[in-house]
Amino acid sequence: MSLTKGFALSILLTLTGCSGIEPWVKPYERAHLADPIMSFDRDPIAASYTNHVYQAREGARGAEGGQGGGCGCN
Amino acid sequence: MRKAGRGAVVAATEGRESWRGRPGDCGGQVRGGVTLFTALAAGIALPLLAAVLPDDRADALYHAYDGGGVKVTGPSLQILKRIGQSLALSGNYYVDAISSASIDVITTASPYSERRTETSAGLQYLAGKSIMSLGYTHSDESDFDANSAYFNISQSMFGDLTTVTLGYSLGWDTVGKTGQPDFSEDVDRQQYRVGLSQILSRDWIVDLAYEGITDEGFLNNPYRSVRYLDPTTPIGYSYEPEQYPHTRTSNAFAVRSKYFLPYRAALHGEYRFYDDTWGIRAHTAEVGYTHPWKERWIFDVKYRYYTQGHADFYSDLFPRAQAQNFLARDKELSSFDSHTLGVGASYEFLRDRSGIERGTLNLSYDHILFAYDDFRDLTVAMTPGEEPQYDFTAGVLRLYLSVWY
Repeated sequence: MSLTKGFALSILLTLTGCSGIEPWVKPYERAHLADPIMSFDRDPIAASYTNHVYQAREGARGAEGGQGGGCGCN
Repeated sequence: MRKAGRGAVVAATEGRESWRGRPGDCGGQVRGGVTLFTALAAGIALPLLAAVLPDDRADALYHAYDGGGVKVTGPSLQILKRIGQSLALSGNYYVDAISSASIDVITTASPYSERRTETSAGLQYLAGKSIMSLGYTHSDESDFDANSAYFNISQSMFGDLTTVTLGYSLGWDTVGKTGQPDFSEDVDRQQYRVGLSQILSRDWIVDLAYEGITDEGFLNNPYRSVRYLDPTTPIGYSYEPEQYPHTRTSNAFAVRSKYFLPYRAALHGEYRFYDDTWGIRAHTAEVGYTHPWKERWIFDVKYRYYTQGHADFYSDLFPRAQAQNFLARDKELSSFDSHTLGVGASYEFLRDRSGIERGTLNLSYDHILFAYDDFRDLTVAMTPGEEPQYDFTAGVLRLYLSVWY
């Protein structure tokens, strides 16, 4: 193995070893995030209607939200 | 039968228009259609920060809006059902029954009623840590036909701490005009969305969102008028039709956050910045608090503030007829503020009975004040341009039943 290849391999291994970002909030630590009260829109049908009201009455539009809530870890 | 003449024309429009928003600007009907269903089938129903399909769920909502002489009521029915482990189908039926005696109607026309129906269908597909969703919405009323299709993809990553969402929607509408069967104009619309959801700690999550929207076509209302000074008339002013640009592009950026308090309650806050090529710039801010009580109850309270500057071509009173190329006197394009105080209660009434996992009965009410800075109340007869600024309050009720099965 040439020096260049060895260097490249060591870089690759280093990168691989460091590339796995360690989740700082473990799945078992997400009970609070999974609580329904943490949902951005707990009741989508009502939230959508509310957005509809504002869209009809105001000039702004877009990015109203609706990305969900909880953490999907239940 | 509507009253003949210009008044009827304005009346025929104003109710629909005032609720729908500007045709083609994604303001109510069109945008409402997309929003209602996109949110339900593609966005809100997605669990945050993990690729999991939403649970089977059915919702039946009754909505009622009453403000500024406009009343809008109707149902919204939504059902979502999983097929196997990786597919979910959903459908929605929505109605706006409108009766309008708004400020424009009572000053220039006669009250009227109208009905709009909207139907949607969509699917979500789970593949690994990705969820793809697509759907179609159709909205129909007597002089406006709206269609839209959307596609979204979300990817969960970094140990499910982060979810990135990309979305695209395409809309195509046909604008008609009551009493003129030959009148038919088109509006095309595209929407681009990018979202990022991030877990910051075990108690804190934040969402970032961007949405760009472009419209092209007949964007003004075929009935609505602007007023201009006209010394030849007894009241000192006259009306002429609105004239809007044929294109509009807008950008909206939003940040939302939610925090779990030590005693099982939640705070949320959000801010949105908006601007567009018509010269409207707006800011929206909201704070809220959610408080569970005795297992089965959840209470919510919120305050929302909104402010916007008027469109470049808006004026309450133009100096003369045809004063400029583009003309608008739609109060939604004026400078104004709105304040919303909202409360809500949710009661979980059954659990694990007869194949139904749980059900909730929910009631929410918002009280909204709209205060205009350059839209005058023409019900008060004064020297043109010196009438008091208009304002009104609105009540928004949502009563709904949700069942998970």
